[in-house]
Amino acid sequence: MPRPVPTDHILLRGGRLIDPQIDLDTVADVLVSHGEIAAIGEDLEAPKGAVVIECAEKLVTPGLVDVHTHLRQPGREDEETIASGTRAAVHGGFTAVCAMPNTDPIADEGAAIRFIVETAEQEAYCRVHPIGAITAAQKGEALAEIGDMCAAGAVAFSDDGRGVQRAGMMRLAMDYARTFDATIVAHCEDESLVGRGVVNEGVVSTRLGLPGWPKAGEETQVARDLRIAELTRCRLHLAHLSTAGSIALVREAKAAGLGVTCEVTPHHLFLHEDAIEADYDTNLKMNPPLRTADDCAALRQGLLDGTVDCIATDHAPHARHEKALEFELAPFGTTGLETALPLVATHMVATGEATWAQVVEWMAAGPRRSLSLPKVTLEPGGMADITVIDPEAQVVVSEDWFESRSANSAFLGDKLLGKASEVLVGGRLVLRNGKVVDQ
Amino acid sequence: MESRPKAVVMDAEAVSRAITRIAHEILEANKGASGIGLVGIVTRGAALAEMLAERIREIEGAEVPVGMLDISFYRDDLAMRLNPEVHRTDIPFAIEGRTVVLVDDVLFTGRTIRAAMDAIMDYGRPCSIQLAVLVDRGHRELPIRADYVGKNVPSSSRERVTARLTPIDGRDAVEIFEDATDRPEVC
Amino acid sequence: MLQTRHIIDIQDLTADEVALVLDTAESFKEVNERRIKKLPTLRGRTVVNLFLEPSTRTRTSFEIAAKRLSADGINMTGSASATVKGESLADTASTIAAMACDLIVVRHKYAGAPRILAEKMDSHVINGGDGMHQHPTQALLDLFTMREAFGKLEGLTVGIVGDICHSRVAGSLIPALRMVGATPVVVAPPTLLPARPDVLGAEVASTLDEALPDLDVAYMLRVQMERAEGMPFPSVREYARFFGMNRARLDTMKPHAKIMHPGPMNRGVEISADVADSDRAIVLDQVNAGVAVRMAAMYLLLGGEAIA
Repeated sequence: MPRPVPTDHILLRGGRLIDPQIDLDTVADVLVSHGEIAAIGEDLEAPKGAVVIECAEKLVTPGLVDVHTHLRQPGREDEETIASGTRAAVHGGFTAVCAMPNTDPIADEGAAIRFIVETAEQEAYCRVHPIGAITAAQKGEALAEIGDMCAAGAVAFSDDGRGVQRAGMMRLAMDYARTFDATIVAHCEDESLVGRGVVNEGVVSTRLGLPGWPKAGEETQVARDLRIAELTRCRLHLAHLSTAGSIALVREAKAAGLGVTCEVTPHHLFLHEDAIEADYDTNLKMNPPLRTADDCAALRQGLLDGTVDCIATDHAPHARHEKALEFELAPFGTTGLETALPLVATHMVATGEATWAQVVEWMAAGPRRSLSLPKVTLEPGGMADITVIDPEAQVVVSEDWFESRSANSAFLGDKLLGKASEVLVGGRLVLRNGKVVDQ
Repeated sequence: MESRPKAVVMDAEAVSRAITRIAHEILEANKGASGIGLVGIVTRGAALAEMLAERIREIEGAEVPVGMLDISFYRDDLAMRLNPEVHRTDIPFAIEGRTVVLVDDVLFTGRTIRAAMDAIMDYGRPCSIQLAVLVDRGHRELPIRADYVGKNVPSSSRERVTARLTPIDGRDAVEIFEDATDRPEVC
Repeated sequence: MLQTRHIIDIQDLTADEVALVLDTAESFKEVNERRIKKLPTLRGRTVVNLFLEPSTRTRTSFEIAAKRLSADGINMTGSASATVKGESLADTASTIAAMACDLIVVRHKYAGAPRILAEKMDSHVINGGDGMHQHPTQALLDLFTMREAFGKLEGLTVGIVGDICHSRVAGSLIPALRMVGATPVVVAPPTLLPARPDVLGAEVASTLDEALPDLDVAYMLRVQMERAEGMPFPSVREYARFFGMNRARLDTMKPHAKIMHPGPMNRGVEISADVADSDRAIVLDQVNAGVAVRMAAMYLLLGGEAIA
């Protein structure tokens, strides 16, 4: 929870309100009082002392949520902290992030989850929902204390960063998670197929002489985990799907009535392997790796037809000196919290491929539904987690522009259109005019 | 594009007479043709060496072995320019103990000859090295002088002195050009 | 006289430049046959052999090439330098750059490292082999050897046999053969093929026996036998049976066909001893060409620029 801003009333004046959850798309004022939406209507009067924010030509939406963030605290505070990561989050328009457990030590017990919750209460700029490990130390060998972590505030469980290698272990986890009605977030990667793979197996692995990471390394575990979810009736959320084959598997499972959700990342949507050239730019080294143009198209189609529930950033900050290593040695991942919304706005909305209502579905409603987070709608009485988007604001992605402590972005140098200008978390203004509001 | 020469300092007849005289001088100085090897510096020095050998055969009835030497790898001006076309060095006789007559068309700074002597030494230990040139245009930068000179041609360092030889150019002449900028003469 | 400052990928060179390197190497080969095998050409230049992966043959070849050109050669090997896993390449680059060297020959365990080094410093860089990526001077010396053996390169069909997917030699040789108008054909079990041999420009033959009669050269790659777990073929014996060169297979080839190998050879595995020792094998010609080609590469990269 963010630290308090001494403002009782905020009036968002004249913005275009978009919330597909309640079929809302209209120009109106939003009055936020004491952390809740007090009123929505035309020409609302600002109470005495209210902060009035002109939102003409802007979009007012339920707050965006990232269900896949690496905050690095504890352990790698040089790369990111709960404070810096949530600054980056609000800068990118998010009102909540779900923190992955692969910190150092790994968040695999109640105390570790409580540390995140308590630190976030003190230092975070937006809501932080911890995700706990599925297995102890993410080793894939024994169950972590899922119940204890649920009690401490974990919203889901994942061994993200690695796949759970043994099918029997995954079955055990999904069965046990049902005790607490917990969601399992699967990072799908069969290590016996992936090996030392660092780029998609195909054209680029051949050309650059890099170990290949075959699509089958993901798809076999997607197929496996869908079957196990069917068997156990556990809620399953598939993380960062990267291939057309994975999307097809999910589509088929959903058609068969399985309660599964999945996410795709902006880098898998908008970049493909051809971006990796002879300069071996390690900012393009991801896990799963960038795939082909056909896969990008399939992921976008998955979003458009509802197969894919949400866009998640997989924000993975890394120290500059570690990304400066040889491609095969550098760590996987790109930062993403600050570029996700501008990328979707530029490449899907501005191009006419998607509407803003769809963006709100993929980045606000879908994420909450995927991890069973409290619903947020633009209605009186609703929680005032609100993102205001300026669709005409220009962004040049540069290291200076980031609030994140790390700058390992795959999108450095991109010129994008559309970004968050204001963010309210529980009625508190944490981003104003595109700038993070310091306490 | 070839500009017009400012002056023709030797015509075909003069070149021919110079070659004949040098051939005589070489035979005179070395008391005949035995123990001599001609080594021409590519490309026009090599052509000139062939012409000299032919003339010696006519005069003396003796075969003098002829080799060609590419001194690209011995130049001291690699830093300034690189010879794009490296020719093969081909010296089909033993240097060891022989009198080597280095042959070049134009003697200028002496740097080419310095490089050529270094190169020759790497092939073996000649009994002596002599130098024959068609034209000596002055401006020496090293203590080098020719033993046999077709013609001394005083020139300005701005000028370019070029020999034309039949095997390469289809005619024999020595010409002076004004403009030295289009192809710096670094000899 | 090359357009490129570095030779990292064989395709840093144009087809004309490949021919220039080979022609220049002819002249250096002549030098290597002399009693005094030394030229003053690169006097005062410093060549660093940065070998961060063990390699005696390639390092020695570059070292001899540098010495014969009178360059000052310094060897930095993996164990001698501080570069180990964990030190950033940029640090390595700036350390070497600070020593003001003219040319760095880099052998590195990981693909792309020479390019990253090249971007961080002013020196010229020759890739002496990077990971599973490229080894361009090996490809050039192979072309040189083939041109010597056949008098031409255009129209030759060259079978590359064995561990293509882990081979930086194949990574450079396949595109190099395409550049000079030859046809590369790869022969290997799919466990040893890259995902997309077509991307490199290679045709794929299904079996060695089928391919042999069409080949002018059978280029046998060294089999890596160190990996026990996940070994890409069941046994050395079975590999030799289906993918090894032996006398019986040699007899099915054209009479003029040659056998090449980048060395060191595993006799009895990818090549039988009698073939290795026969006059059809031109493996030592390759080694010989290596020095001349590397001299040519150094000469052409360092020529034509002012001494710093």
